Amino acid sequence: MFRYAIRRLLFAIPTLLVISFIIFALLDLAPSDPTAQLPLTIPEEVREMIKLSLGLGEPFHIRYLRWLEQFLVNEPLNLIEQFWGIEIGNSEDRLRVRSWSTRAPVVDLIAARLPQTLSVVGVSYIVAILIAVPIGVISAYKQYSIFDQVGTFISMIGFSVPTFFTGTVMIVIFSVVLGWLPSIYDTTLEVRDYDSFVAQFKQMIMPVMVLGLFNAAQLSRFMRSSMLDNLNQEYVRTARSKGMGEPVVILIHVLRNSMIPVVTVIALGLPTTFAGAIITEQIFRINGVGQLLIGAIEGADIPTVQTVTFIFAVLIVVFNLIADLLYGMLDPRIRYD
Amino acid sequence: MLKARTLLLATAAAAMFATAAHAERGSDGQLKILYWQAPSILNPFLSGGTKDIHASSLIIEPLAHYDTDGNMVPALAEEVPTVANGGVSADLKSITWKLLKGVKWSDGSAFTAHDVEFTAAYCLDPAGGCNAAERFQDVTSVKAVDDHTVRIDFKVPKPFPYGPFVGSEAPIIQKAQFENCMGAKAPTCTDQNFGTIGTGPFKVVEFKPNDVVLYEANENYRIADKPAFASVLLKGGGDAVSAARAVLETGEFDYAWNLQVEPEILTTMEKKGKGEVISAFGTSVERLMVQLTNPDPALGDKRATYQDGKNPHPYLSDPAVRRALSMAIDREILVEAGYGQAGKVTCNVLPAPAIYASTANDWCKTQDIAGANKLLDDAGWKRGSDGVREKDGVRLSILYQTSTNSVRQGTQAFIKQMWQEIGVETELKNISASVFFGGDQSSPDTFQKHFSDIEMYTNNFNGTDPENYMLRWTCDKMPSPDTQWIGQNMPRYCDPEYDKLAAQLAETAAIEERAIIAKKMNDMLIDYGAIIPLIHRGGVAARANTLGGGAYPNVWDATPWNIQDWHRKK
Repeated sequence: MFRYAIRRLLFAIPTLLVISFIIFALLDLAPSDPTAQLPLTIPEEVREMIKLSLGLGEPFHIRYLRWLEQFLVNEPLNLIEQFWGIEIGNSEDRLRVRSWSTRAPVVDLIAARLPQTLSVVGVSYIVAILIAVPIGVISAYKQYSIFDQVGTFISMIGFSVPTFFTGTVMIVIFSVVLGWLPSIYDTTLEVRDYDSFVAQFKQMIMPVMVLGLFNAAQLSRFMRSSMLDNLNQEYVRTARSKGMGEPVVILIHVLRNSMIPVVTVIALGLPTTFAGAIITEQIFRINGVGQLLIGAIEGADIPTVQTVTFIFAVLIVVFNLIADLLYGMLDPRIRYD
Repeated sequence: MLKARTLLLATAAAAMFATAAHAERGSDGQLKILYWQAPSILNPFLSGGTKDIHASSLIIEPLAHYDTDGNMVPALAEEVPTVANGGVSADLKSITWKLLKGVKWSDGSAFTAHDVEFTAAYCLDPAGGCNAAERFQDVTSVKAVDDHTVRIDFKVPKPFPYGPFVGSEAPIIQKAQFENCMGAKAPTCTDQNFGTIGTGPFKVVEFKPNDVVLYEANENYRIADKPAFASVLLKGGGDAVSAARAVLETGEFDYAWNLQVEPEILTTMEKKGKGEVISAFGTSVERLMVQLTNPDPALGDKRATYQDGKNPHPYLSDPAVRRALSMAIDREILVEAGYGQAGKVTCNVLPAPAIYASTANDWCKTQDIAGANKLLDDAGWKRGSDGVREKDGVRLSILYQTSTNSVRQGTQAFIKQMWQEIGVETELKNISASVFFGGDQSSPDTFQKHFSDIEMYTNNFNGTDPENYMLRWTCDKMPSPDTQWIGQNMPRYCDPEYDKLAAQLAETAAIEERAIIAKKMNDMLIDYGAIIPLIHRGGVAARANTLGGGAYPNVWDATPWNIQDWHRKK
């Protein structure tokens, strides 16, 4: 198991290097211009100077190597320095990956946005699991009952109706008509007392529910089919014949075994939590990591797009590895050595 | 009787005190503004767009602002210098600004002429990538004569010497704060660029780039009872429709900026009664740029280049075709369908200020299909079997490109239909705005390359003086491979007569004479058919009914230019 983990980790390094090259090259070759959003009244001569000041005059391979160095060496060193409060070498002169639109280090921008992304998208993921697992279990146990039919219907709707639609419908109902909930997420709100907690809770309800229902629809289908697979197994009959009560059979034996594939699906879905939910963030103006990415794409802020995309790639590779290892731990029949 | 009068006086005095109390600084709570494009940086010189210039205009101020009518009003200066008051030298080569005394930065230190001098040096540093560099064109020196006097010298006579330090694009930054951020170091000064210190009515408390800015009233602001709002929340992100909704339907925000939304959506939202839609017209004109040179890909390097007039467009070089295309367009329909309150029909590429607006081209205001058809018939363009006109084997088949935007695609579809009626075939193309307006050399789809027959976009000029704008269509401003496709003369228009007028404009100081020349230049462009103007576009915004004090889109300056006067209506 350990050797397997080490081997997988070592294999991830060339994978990530290839990914980093592809991301950098694709974005670099794509036609775009960081000065395109400047007012048209600014003449081209000035635009050229701005582009040179952004470092666009250098050849491709130099910029790629510099970006790699900044991302893989300088940024981790900075993180270490900030975390332990020490200084390694000449940290003043160390170049960092800088966004073209804000001129600030991209890693700082991401760090500033992680709280709202994690709180909204993360909570919605938990809500999704809390909704999906019971629905999946009951639907499978009472297959073809009314509950199952209704559950299937709702999850099909949740699965097929896009979040930009459900989000807008919710805003129209709860903000415009009823006036109960704010339609715009206030990222400056700090939870200090009961009132600010209520305000935070209120502004989280809609985005969390929109995303939660969308994810729950998917997860509940997985849960249901996994439960159905297990319910017909021999060991279930054995457990029942031993005189175990239904709750024990279902919740201890069947549920635990059925969770194995579902846990993998959940683990693989976790990187999307960090990626945020681009559309939902846009609708409610949560302005998290997803909005950072989409804004950077629109503004041709290439360093931000490259860095955010690469971080997503790293997360996906890492969580794939975690999912594989979890699988081995949950299911003793699977061993990689 | 006496008693009654005393009582009356007392009541009047009490009432006065009451209003005075109401007009106290910070008495009106929080102002909430929504920009669907979020501010990225609070240093306008390094900004990537209008939103940043607006967001920083609450903090830092220029020497003079433009009001909503385009008149200059002093901000950090005592008065606007002119030749008449002796502030501008008789040879038009220098301007001297007298600064207000006793102005303090929000950190409490004194604002002096040295800050102004420093701002010029900061922006003129070639390594800094300052986007207001054009404002400092021809400036030879900016000197602090004493603590409250600044003298700017120009290389050439400047009939309009108000480029530097007028308007929110070229405000004054604090020397003490930015001293170590000159040139190549400018972008690395994140703390300074995010926490700009200013003399304006508000100061930054919290800035989350591309998300939100939280300001509070600047306690050192020079007018004691202003601003009325204690804090301002400027939120960004999302899209224009939901921004309009937040002001007009849910009432969560007080002001929403730049709402380019289909007019019927805004009208429906306005009926809710929480706010109103307001619009203002500047110099923006949605226009068709005609390609006068041949954009045939087979020409290789010579594609869409002038070649001393030896590379004419196969059919757009015929004046009858250009005129017919313009006559066939019903501009009223385009306004009604795509712009509503945000558009007016125009026949000029220079539509404002009023003294520069020509009336010589008003024939374009009414559609004339019959006239256009006759013109083409007379010029020898005969309809083929498919209804498309042709002459000597050249078909009137137009490639018409613009940026991707639902209103523009609507306009394209209407115009295609109108041109069909005069026997012109049109192929429509739309290109992502960041490519179309981006000057990427490797892309064939930029608006400078104009590898099409007709292209459509909006452009305008800042401030009220059209000189630089009208200079865009002189022969030497044609984009070509030799100039790295730099230049704004998209039609590749070249007329020595026009160039002569341009030179004359640069030497004329009297505003009436300038207006005559500028109008003549406008008429030449329209009459020739190099540019086909369509719509005079305004800025549209939504304002809550409770917001008073002149909150209005300012097309000549940043919208929050007068935010110190904004207040909550009681």
